[in-house]
Formats: sequence, C-alpha cells, structure tokens
Amino acid sequence: MYPARFRYEAPRSLDEALALLAEHGDEAKVLAGGQSLIPMVKLRFASPELLVDINNVPGLGYHREAASGVLEIGALCRHVDLEFSDVLGDLRPTMAAAAPLIADPIVRNRGTLVGSLCHADPQGDWASVMLALDGEVVAVSAAGRRVIPVTEFVTGPFQNALRPGELAVEARVPVPRGVPLGRYLKLERRVGDFATVGVAVAVETSDGTVTRAGIALTGVGANNIKAVDAERVLVGSTLDRATIAESARLAAEAAKPRTDHRGSEAYKRHVVRTFVERALHPRPAVAA
Amino acid sequence: MFKRQVTITVNGEARAVELEPRVLLAHLLREGLGLTGTHIGCDTTSCGACTVLVDGSAVKSCTMLAVQADGHEVRTVEGLTRASELHPVQEGFQEEHGLQCGFCTPGMMMSALALLERNPEPTEEEVRWALSGNLCRCTGYQNIVKAVLWAAAKLRPAGTGGVR
Ligand SMILES: Cc1cc2nc3c(=O)[nH]c(=O)nc-3n(C[C@H](O)[C@H](O)[C@H](O)COP(=O)(O)OP(=O)(O)OC[C@H]3O[C@@H](n4cnc5c(N)ncnc54)[C@H](O)[C@@H]3O)c2cc1C
Ligand code: FES
Ligand code: FES
Repeated sequence: MYPARFRYEAPRSLDEALALLAEHGDEAKVLAGGQSLIPMVKLRFASPELLVDINNVPGLGYHREAASGVLEIGALCRHVDLEFSDVLGDLRPTMAAAAPLIADPIVRNRGTLVGSLCHADPQGDWASVMLALDGEVVAVSAAGRRVIPVTEFVTGPFQNALRPGELAVEARVPVPRGVPLGRYLKLERRVGDFATVGVAVAVETSDGTVTRAGIALTGVGANNIKAVDAERVLVGSTLDRATIAESARLAAEAAKPRTDHRGSEAYKRHVVRTFVERALHPRPAVAA
Repeated sequence: MFKRQVTITVNGEARAVELEPRVLLAHLLREGLGLTGTHIGCDTTSCGACTVLVDGSAVKSCTMLAVQADGHEVRTVEGLTRASELHPVQEGFQEEHGLQCGFCTPGMMMSALALLERNPEPTEEEVRWALSGNLCRCTGYQNIVKAVLWAAAKLRPAGTGGVR
C-alpha cells in the first residue's frame, strides 16, 4: 500500500533537523530506521505531514563507552551494530543478549535502539533492557537539552515524553558498579515475531553480594514493566536459591499479561517466573 | 505534490528519477524502473521477498522510501547475472533445487549474497541465521540452505574447498 502524501526533508546537520522540528512541531515526525514508522504510514495508521529523515545527519551512528564509563548510544546506532558490537563485551551482557533477538536480521540492519525507545511499543524489547539497566534518553531541541530516565520516558503504549520540537539524540546506560550478570530471555513463536514474553535481567555483584538489580518484562502489560519488588529482594543477597525463587515469584506477580493468540495469561505469567529463575541461575545446578 | 529529483545507482547504473517521497523503494524498482525481480509479498514488513542490497546491506525495499536511496548504491536480483552467466548464488539454487514457486527466491538470494560478501565461509547455522528474515512457503528451507552453502563453496578461491 502507498502511504498518504507527506513532505520529506533530509537535513544534513543536527541543527538543521532541530530547526525543522521547531518550525513544524506536532506535524513533523522523525524518521530513523523507519522499521516501525514506515510500516505505520504504509498501513495509514499514521499520516504525518512532514518526515524529518535523520539518516543524513553525520555522527549519530556511534555506541561507545565515554571516559566516565557511561555507555552512549547514538540515535542512528542500528540493532545490527549492537549485535556485532565489540564495545558491549562482558560489561553489558543484557544488551548483548537482546540485540540478536530484535526482529529479524534485515530489520536489524536499519532499525535503531533509540527509535525503538521512542516508538514505545509495549512489545518492544529495548525498553525492557533499558529499564533493567536504569538507562536514560538525552533529548535535544532548538531550546536546549535534557536527560530523561527511561522510567519516565515511556509514558504509555506508543507514547513518549518528548515534547514537540524535541529529538532523542542518545540513549545512555550507567557504569556497572560491580561484576555484571545479565541476560535477556525472549519467547517468540518464530524469528521476527514480537515477544510472547521477554525478561531482561541485569544484576551487579560485589564479592558475591548483589549491589544492584534490574528486572523488566516485555509483552506482559500495556507497557514494559519494571518489576521493582522482584529487584529489591535481590539486593544484598548472594543469589541463593530461595531469594531467586522469591524474586521470580514477585516478577510473575508484577506481570499483567492478557490472554491472546500468543498464549494465555497463566502461561505468560509462568514463563516470566521461569525466565527470571533461568536468568539468575546461568548454569544448571549440579548436585553437591 | 512536491516531487523530488534523486539519483540512485541501481545495479551499477546511475538512474535519475523524479518521484514523490511516499514512493517506496520496492515500488520504484518494480514500477518505475521495470525491475520486477524484486517481489512484494506482504504489507507488514514480514516476508523479505522485497530484499535488496543498499550499500551492501540487506534491506526490505518495501520499508524504505525511494528518496532515501538518493546517492546510494542499490543491487537487485537482476544485477546478479553477468553476461548471461548465472551468479554462483543462482547456480546454487538451481543445483540444490532451492526453489519451488520462486516467489521468495530473489529476496533469499540477496540475503545470501549479503552474507557471503561479509562472511565467505559461513557455517550452516550462520546461513540459517542470515536467512531468518526471509520467509518461504514452499521449500521447507532445507534446500535453500544447501544452495547457499553450494554457492559459498563455489565462490571460494580454487584449492580452499570447492564444491562438495
Ligand atoms: C517485522 C518486524 C519485526 C519486529 N520485531 C521487533 C521485535 O521483536 N522487538 C522489538 O523491540 N522491535 C521489533 N520491531 C521494531 C523495530 O525494532 C524498529 O526498528 C523499532 O521499533 C523502531 O526503530 P526505528 O529506528 O526503525 O524507528 P522509526 O521507525 O524510524 O521510528 C519509530 C517512531 O519513533 C520516532 N523516532 C525514531 N527515532 C527518533 C528520535 N531519534 N527522536 C525522536 N523520535 C524518534 C519516530 O518519529 C516514530 O514515531 C520489528 C519491526 C518489524 C518491521
Ligand atoms: S514485501 Fe514483505 S517484507 Fe517487504
Ligand atoms: S519457493 Fe515458493 S515461497 Fe519460497
């Protein structure tokens, strides 16, 4: 299907992009990887008047560790860059695990992490990863810049906290403060399908004791869910079996799944519980 | 409305066209340039039949605006054949019976080509992974995987493997 008519601009600098967004406000939409926006305009679920294509803006394709240790992900860093990253390494295991599970390889060649956060699809995987890691989004406009925690950035299904005229220029992940342990587990019916259930776990330990814990859930609510109670019980523990079981139980309780073509409510809850346990017991237990 | 002038290199040839921004790359290729080897199999960016290479990377041409290809290099299945000789990827599909109805085949071949250019010696697992965004309703995939491995062997310089 053809999209409805729209105007198209492909600015060659960030300033030019921000000027266009300032001028056109609500009528303009940013075009990044296009892997959510173009399907929507094709099906005419969205009919923006102006598309501001940022693909010609130089210097946004990066993901890098800043001197401070913070991981910075530019607005044009594609899923594929993270899948084959040599930056994520052992320090960012949750992200490294999620990247190859987003969509399919062809979609990963174009789609971006930042675009995925902006799109705020409740089935999106990156928002859970970023919730588990306490990530942030840097928004810029002609008027200035502000940093928004991902917990506040996603405000509802397909809704984000950006104001008219703002562009998300970067996502950030804080420095791990211990030994990171993390996984992203995703149950999908086939490659390219959205998650039936996804679970992001990001834990940091110091001398075997958990210093920070992040757990977030995909596909089991109107938005990605940060399972704060499940996180809390892990902090201070040594990841013993009883604590893991309790955390998994609390995560399943935090889930608000709905029965649909991907599975029943009870099934999805069960998968959440199983995935949290599995993520925190990276190896099958060996009888002592 | 606001038509734009763009120049896209398609299969090695610079093509200057005037088009509306809402024209998808798949539409430009098929209707504007008559390159109907690129198929459109769905409306939801799911099937991969429309896969082409843009600057060497596999892209669903139904999910990219043609204007976005301005100044870039696009390769389609028509660009595989040189001087009426089949490309090894095409030969592989012939030799290993990698197609039935053929609808998915152009997209499969372009995904396969992108893989082999990046990784000339893929394992079977890597082939399956690379093709996992391309759907086939006929073959059950086994022979498609064999076809790509056949092409990989053929493309390797003599003495480093060769056809099984
Ligand atoms: C077949 C298929 C399967 C998929 N499967 C999955 C999956 O399993 N898991 C998953 O998480 N995702 C999946 N996706 C979605 C994919 O990850 C998209 O790439 C992602 O949701 C959007 O990123 P994008 O760069 O393509 O954004 P676009 O499509 O360009 O934009 C999406 C929205 O965000 C806005 N936007 C984008 N970038 C910015 C910015 N920098 N500043 C302000 N606004 C911005 C746009 O205006 C638009 O509203 C799938 C997509 C397809 C087509
Ligand atoms: S036509 Fe199906 S993915 Fe492009
Ligand atoms: S051969 Fe018919 S769809 Fe693949």
